[in-house]
Amino acid sequence: MRTDTSAPALVVNNVHKSYGAHEVLKGISLTAEKGDVVSVIGSSGSGKSTLLRCINFLEIPDQGTFQINGEDVVFRIGRDGRCHPASWRQIERLRSGLGMVFQSFNLWPHMTILQNVIEAPVHVLGVKRNVAIEKADSLLAKVGLYDKRDAYPAFLSGGQQQRASIARALCVDPAVMLFDEPTSALDPELVGEVLKVIRGLAEEGRTMVMVTHEMKFARDVSTRVMFLHQGQVEEIGPPAQVFGAPKSARCKEFVAAGSH
Amino acid sequence: MDFSWIFEYQGLLVRGAFLTCLLLAISVTLGFALAIFLAIAQVGNGSIARWISKGYCTFFRGTPLLIQLWLIYYGLGSYLPHIPGLRTSFLWPVMREGLFFAALALTLNFAAYQGEILRGAMLAVPKGELEAARAVGMSARMILRRIWLPRAIRIGLPTFAGEVILQLKATPIVFSVTVMDLYGAAYKIRQDTLLVYEPLLLVTVFYVGLTFVITQVFQKLENAVPVRR
Repeated sequence: MRTDTSAPALVVNNVHKSYGAHEVLKGISLTAEKGDVVSVIGSSGSGKSTLLRCINFLEIPDQGTFQINGEDVVFRIGRDGRCHPASWRQIERLRSGLGMVFQSFNLWPHMTILQNVIEAPVHVLGVKRNVAIEKADSLLAKVGLYDKRDAYPAFLSGGQQQRASIARALCVDPAVMLFDEPTSALDPELVGEVLKVIRGLAEEGRTMVMVTHEMKFARDVSTRVMFLHQGQVEEIGPPAQVFGAPKSARCKEFVAAGSH
Repeated sequence: MDFSWIFEYQGLLVRGAFLTCLLLAISVTLGFALAIFLAIAQVGNGSIARWISKGYCTFFRGTPLLIQLWLIYYGLGSYLPHIPGLRTSFLWPVMREGLFFAALALTLNFAAYQGEILRGAMLAVPKGELEAARAVGMSARMILRRIWLPRAIRIGLPTFAGEVILQLKATPIVFSVTVMDLYGAAYKIRQDTLLVYEPLLLVTVFYVGLTFVITQVFQKLENAVPVRR
């Protein structure tokens, strides 16, 4: 394993992804230094979620290079001319170092909240059960769900479920947290409690890549904002630039439409 | 109503009830284990495994249980003694019995139905839950063991309960290959005593009672993971 402590947490270079004839990502690059909070914005269909899903290989990109926490992802070119992971073992290992939070929470309904949170540390990373429980309890306390640790997901509100899924993602000590529209499936009154947790993580200095429609939030917490349009990076820079003085006309339009 | 024969035949009845329960337990347990493989083969990527599983399920669901039982008992049963060494092996006392062939036929038949149900249940597990499992770095095998199968089995539980009850009521067919199950016992009592209804009534009560127990057990299993309704 090649890991380098001074390396950026995440380096993504020239990612391409097509579904049939439709090219969703047309060569996207992104670097996240340790402690960076990168927000990915753009209209639906711009490829934001696909980009995020390529980063932990839920979608296999057709082309591109990836370096996660200093470790290069090894691909081989298949007979179809596309990329395939050379080793699924490596992919599985890297995934366990990336905490993914989904739009629809995706907690496992047959396990209690605590069981959801300790599942990956115990069964994937081989952490001792009592150690994992101790850690899970402190994470659940942090997201305000300690009293719900023995409840099943079905009995929690959407906001609570999303906070639980954040605790689940945190429990593997991820190098990078990936958020895929974490508040889009929530009732408006529940959005705040989830954003508060994410904001707390940003303030702790966690490295995060976040696909979001919450413009004000992205502006507040991000170190960098990336605006995608039709599978290409249209604008990237500090939030003040992207929201305040975008160079691209499309970005200007998008930001103006989203800011009221 | 004349139930005075009960004491005289209690040994036969108890043995019959035991055999009925044994056949049910064996065929449900082993059938379910086989069904897991059949279902995985059908939702998996391997096209050969998928076709084998599909063919198996089509054959066993598409032919009457009675014919399967007789094919196995008379067909396989008359072939087995010709396998060198089998007659002298320790397995022979089990394998020459009608009970062995009855259990085999019931198991294979149950697995076919159960495999199809489990396949449907596996496909009913929301994709996002499996993605979440991939996203934390689980291997395909671990996802199957920790997330996919446990979820699918819970989704299928109400249907499984019905299948087990149907299986219970399929067991009397084993009487046709010399197995003295509960129905067989009732049949013998009717012949001996010339009573038409009473032995049938007694076994009816037993089947209803066992069905009640099965539904209770499944109710408990379903309640093990509370769902909000």
